[in-house]
Amino acid sequence: MAVEVLKNARQVRLVELRHYLAAAEGLGQTAGSVLPFAIPAIDSALPWGGLPLAALHAVESAGAGKDGAAAMFLAGILARLAPARPVLWCLPQADLHAPGLALAGLAAARLLLVRVPQEREILWVLEEGLRSRALAAVVGEVDALSIAASRRLQLAAENSGVTAFVLQRSGEQAAAASAAVTRWRVAALPSAPAVGEPGIGQALWRVELLRCRGGMPAAWEVEACNAAGHVALSAALADRPAVRQLRAAG
Amino acid sequence: MGLAAARALAPTLLVEEADFLADAAALTKLATWCDRFSPWVTPCGADGILLDVTGCAHLFGDEAALAAQAVERLARQGIEARAAIADTPGAAWAFSRFNGSCFGGSVAIVVPAGAARQALAALPVEALRLEPAIAALLVRLGLQHIGELYAVSRAALAARCGAGVALRLDQALGLAAEPLSPLPPQPLRWSRRSFAEPIATPEAIAAATSELLQHLSRRLGEDGMGARQLALALYRIDGRIERAAVGTAFPSRDTRHLWRLFEEKLPQIDPGLGIEDIMLTATRAEKLAPAQLGLAGEDGNDSADLAALIDRLTNRLGPRALARPVVRESHIPERAVRFVPPLERGAASATWDPARLRPIRLLPRPEPIEATAPVPDDPPLLFRWRQRAHRVRCSDGPERIAAEWWRARDQAETEPRDYYRVEDEAGGRFWLYRAGLYRPEAAPRWFLHGFFG
Repeated sequence: MAVEVLKNARQVRLVELRHYLAAAEGLGQTAGSVLPFAIPAIDSALPWGGLPLAALHAVESAGAGKDGAAAMFLAGILARLAPARPVLWCLPQADLHAPGLALAGLAAARLLLVRVPQEREILWVLEEGLRSRALAAVVGEVDALSIAASRRLQLAAENSGVTAFVLQRSGEQAAAASAAVTRWRVAALPSAPAVGEPGIGQALWRVELLRCRGGMPAAWEVEACNAAGHVALSAALADRPAVRQLRAAG
Repeated sequence: MGLAAARALAPTLLVEEADFLADAAALTKLATWCDRFSPWVTPCGADGILLDVTGCAHLFGDEAALAAQAVERLARQGIEARAAIADTPGAAWAFSRFNGSCFGGSVAIVVPAGAARQALAALPVEALRLEPAIAALLVRLGLQHIGELYAVSRAALAARCGAGVALRLDQALGLAAEPLSPLPPQPLRWSRRSFAEPIATPEAIAAATSELLQHLSRRLGEDGMGARQLALALYRIDGRIERAAVGTAFPSRDTRHLWRLFEEKLPQIDPGLGIEDIMLTATRAEKLAPAQLGLAGEDGNDSADLAALIDRLTNRLGPRALARPVVRESHIPERAVRFVPPLERGAASATWDPARLRPIRLLPRPEPIEATAPVPDDPPLLFRWRQRAHRVRCSDGPERIAAEWWRARDQAETEPRDYYRVEDEAGGRFWLYRAGLYRPEAAPRWFLHGFFG
């Protein structure tokens, strides 16, 4: 009995400490605004029960040169952000294709594209965008993100309530240390074979949560996002218990 | 001479109808231009402009210099003007038109104060702004010059020729009041400051600019206007002028926003040895209704917020860096998206048919690849892009996209394309196409155009 009480007291203390840390990290005020993935396996791996808004998130692409899966994953998240304010997407070359984004649910009318070749200017644009409350989110395509730059973006996102995403197209240069709240890596997997049909089946991705403040790394295999921007655990894969919930190496 | 008679003499005669309304409008415009000499300006009759230069002459030296400068600047515009400065509007009217010393050419006359009565005496009675019939009557009576009217009693004049003559005479001599109303003054869309001591530090320039901005924004607010374009001119003591200009997507008179636009530009200003004069002009202004301020610090004005952001980005990166994609009805992938300025209205996107799968990344120019296909009409089994081989695991297609023949300019554009979605063994999904129809004698040309998620 005494042990039980002690246990409870420790748990209460732990919860208090977590709240205190969250407030100190600047995530306290955004506790209410979270974008869930609507997949229990993923949402439970995130301490907030979903993707926290008003914070900086980094998404990197596993394959060099072709980041279709990472861009689509990001587009799906952006499509589900409410209210449907414009999204500022800053990129070095204009190769983003609006009809392709529309297939992930992100309407062209919500996109504001800024094409800037220099990485330094992209960071400036992101910070300017984060100061404006008229946006739902800002996205910047950069190769390297220094810890100082990431901290600036994280602070600006906290202050304005606009969510920031950094898309690193070549995952090789992605720095391990950054102030981003979560860090994802998305890779395309061979598609699930369509039953009895030739051709490409349902597109699959391997989504890795590399880093997460206050959470553990994890990885999942999911179906690529649908026209509403939702990813799903593939039916075939979901049947195999606990096989695909992998722990990432680090 | 009638027009018919004139035409008979010169058949090539060019005839231009008189357009009195346009003449009047042009005269008003010219009168507005004249407000640089005096704030009190009005068009007078069909061919004159009246300026009240009381208290203005010293800015130009003296009255003679003012008149000379006015005539000279009008002459530079190709306008032949006759100017006269006198005690009363009536006298000035008379001297500008009836000073017989010369005909044609620009003239500037100044009648010294108090000398009008004597000077007018020599002018013909028509110079009193009389109707032609009345003037003719006076001449018939033997009263040819204004001086001859001085001796005639007002009652006799009124009995023979009506009250008009006496009134005009009194007005010319300053014995009767002649109220006139000036054109409404042009709203001031600029703000200027001069410094007793030239300024050169960035802080001083910034402070002066911000002060001018506040002043100008207040003026714009009084008129219910907002600036679309602002020009800042800094006059250096060595005679050079440094300039900076900013533009906005929506009319604005928000000092904080406009100041942030200038903040970007000020570091590029070279103050040299110092700046003695600084002037801010709203070169383009548009109507902007007074804004309702947010209650208790809430500012829910999203569209203004977005416009402010777009202005800041455009100001630094240039107008071409920002765009909004608009999906339009075209099968050609390169033409399916049009980029419009971010705040352009009326450019609505067509809805995209989800059955037509399109890549999320589209290469700006399709890149040629080496592909191996077993049968000409089949998707490739292997392709090489940027020195890397990709073995195709499965594929979809073809989707034939025919050229828009009504647009085609060269051969490459008229060729149909057969698009395939292919997936390599690593899971990368690509959009490839084979250009042109199958021809047995030529090897098919393959291109990579995009990447799927």
